[in-house]
Amino acid sequence: MDMTAGLPAATEQRSLPGDFAIWIFIYAELLVFGVFFLAYAFARSHNVELFDAQQRFLDRNTGAINTLVLITSSFLVVRAVNAIRRDAAAVCARWLTAAIACGGIFVALKLGEFHAKFAAGVTLSTNTFYMFYLSLTFFHFMHVLMGMVILAVVAVKARRGAYSAASHTGVETGASYWHMVDLVWIVLFPLVYVMH
Amino acid sequence: MQYRSQAVAKPYFIAAIGLFVGQILFGLVMGLQYVWGDFLFPEIPFNVARMVHTNLLIVWLLFGFMGAAYYLVPEESERELHSPGLAILLFWVFLIAGALTILGYLLVPYAGLAKLTGNDLLPTMGREFLEQPTITKIGIVIVALGFLYNIGLTILGGRKTVVNLVLLTGLTGLALLFLFAFYNPDNLVKDKFYWWWVVHLWVEGVWELILGSILAFVLIKVTGVDREVIEKWLYVIIAMTLITGIIGTGHHYYWIGTPEYWQWWGSIFSAMEPIPFFMMTVFAFNMVNRRRREHPNKAAVLWALGTAVMAFLGAGVWGFLHTLAPVNYYTHGTQITAAHGHMAFYGAYVMIVLTMISYAMPILRGQEASDERSQVLEMWSFWLMTVSMVFITLFLTGAGILQVWLQRYSTDPIPFMAAQEKIAIFYWLREIAGVVFLIGLVLYVVSFFVKGGRPAMASAADTA
Repeated sequence: MDMTAGLPAATEQRSLPGDFAIWIFIYAELLVFGVFFLAYAFARSHNVELFDAQQRFLDRNTGAINTLVLITSSFLVVRAVNAIRRDAAAVCARWLTAAIACGGIFVALKLGEFHAKFAAGVTLSTNTFYMFYLSLTFFHFMHVLMGMVILAVVAVKARRGAYSAASHTGVETGASYWHMVDLVWIVLFPLVYVMH
Repeated sequence: MQYRSQAVAKPYFIAAIGLFVGQILFGLVMGLQYVWGDFLFPEIPFNVARMVHTNLLIVWLLFGFMGAAYYLVPEESERELHSPGLAILLFWVFLIAGALTILGYLLVPYAGLAKLTGNDLLPTMGREFLEQPTITKIGIVIVALGFLYNIGLTILGGRKTVVNLVLLTGLTGLALLFLFAFYNPDNLVKDKFYWWWVVHLWVEGVWELILGSILAFVLIKVTGVDREVIEKWLYVIIAMTLITGIIGTGHHYYWIGTPEYWQWWGSIFSAMEPIPFFMMTVFAFNMVNRRRREHPNKAAVLWALGTAVMAFLGAGVWGFLHTLAPVNYYTHGTQITAAHGHMAFYGAYVMIVLTMISYAMPILRGQEASDERSQVLEMWSFWLMTVSMVFITLFLTGAGILQVWLQRYSTDPIPFMAAQEKIAIFYWLREIAGVVFLIGLVLYVVSFFVKGGRPAMASAADTA
């Protein structure tokens, strides 16, 4: 990553969609999650039985549905970017709203999952597996909320006509962030819920 | 000077430098006490020297931050300060309260000071860095509120820039987090837990916002690079600071009785804390390389670049050295911590205040930049202080590594005091480096009184 180029004006460098600054965030977020995933792998390698045994108690069906929901939302965001490239701002806003709705479904399902775990008495101190499960899913959950806020801001601005085919960096910026949120989940779900 | 009220910064800067000299003198006393335990005993016992050394540091940095804010806020807001009179009044309140507190430390036994100041009514004393009598703490809150009121109204009534808003956020956070100094639960775990909300969330949270905004301001001024470019960097840097620094508090929660997950959270997030500092280094050099003017104040540019490098080394690299829980298990509370503390405070906060003073003081005294001879002397002091601080850090790191080995890691660990004797050579070397630092500081003070050489002139290439 060239940290010195592009920053002054995102328009200088068209190879990256969206504002250059969001890419610094994206890389930083991926780095944090990446280190977290490595720590998970490290901890699991020292305690494979515990991790395998505890993993069975996770709600894989909800996790799988949430995976589909997030992938769908990413598709909807892509449609939104395509729409604004055709100068169809109202259509763009509608696709974004649909993507936010998917985010809402994810959040609702996740809250149900958290509720079930907390009702069963699970805490961060239950064991190392649950420490990772709760930390990783909670941090990701916060990113979904953050992504929804960003998409909502972009959708409102799109509806007000702030973007056009010629100038829509904001839409691409929001879309890039949302794809990152999706990407992290696509790694997180198999890693924590499925692989053993 | 664009606005008359910016002049209130001057007494703040002068007081800051004066207290800085005091801090270093007590540092030298304490450094000597490491190897000569009875030095100045019983007049100035080690614990008192340490308290004065650290408290003076905090107080003079606060003077520096306030002076920096009074200087840059009117210029950024494009209006006079809301109340210059209030700023001067608070200056005297803070200076007198600070002086009385230090005299209290030196003249009255600590327990007596606690009784004298009515600590029983609201006990807050007796905790590292928060040793101030409760009444002094209340004074600090009053000064902070008055200061925020003054700065806040100036910003809200004028041009709102990113530099201003980040600075205001940092200063507000500084004031709010200090309120945890009044929370003093009986439970020692809880006490330490919230104590870090002042100590850690200051220096690895809101103070970094203050650092970032002051650095951005000076770079805008001395490089003439577009404000939009610098502001975007500032946004990214402070976001990274907060993402890593807030949960990074966990690196203090490994062994104080808090749940075990802090070992993971603290390790993972604080391992990322060097990133914003590295970005700051890239930022500063990048902006200076792309400068659109040659500012006559070379010393200020040197300080700005020095801050960016030394903050990364001291806070970033030396912090990372012992931030991971498995490493910290052995290094906790050893001289490794002292090494990190010295270079981080110097690199990040001492140097940013000196950067601001270096930039603003000549202007406050009616010149765009100091005379050539004065600047040369100032640059000498920069190198003497910075290089000697590198050596202080290296010697303490050497002491720390040896201490960890002798006292904690080897198959046959020896007691604390036995280990201290074996590492005494490092303490002597550190003391010598400390004397060089003092010489650098004296030259720094002298540089304000030196005139002559080619007078500094506004650059013809000034396009800003």
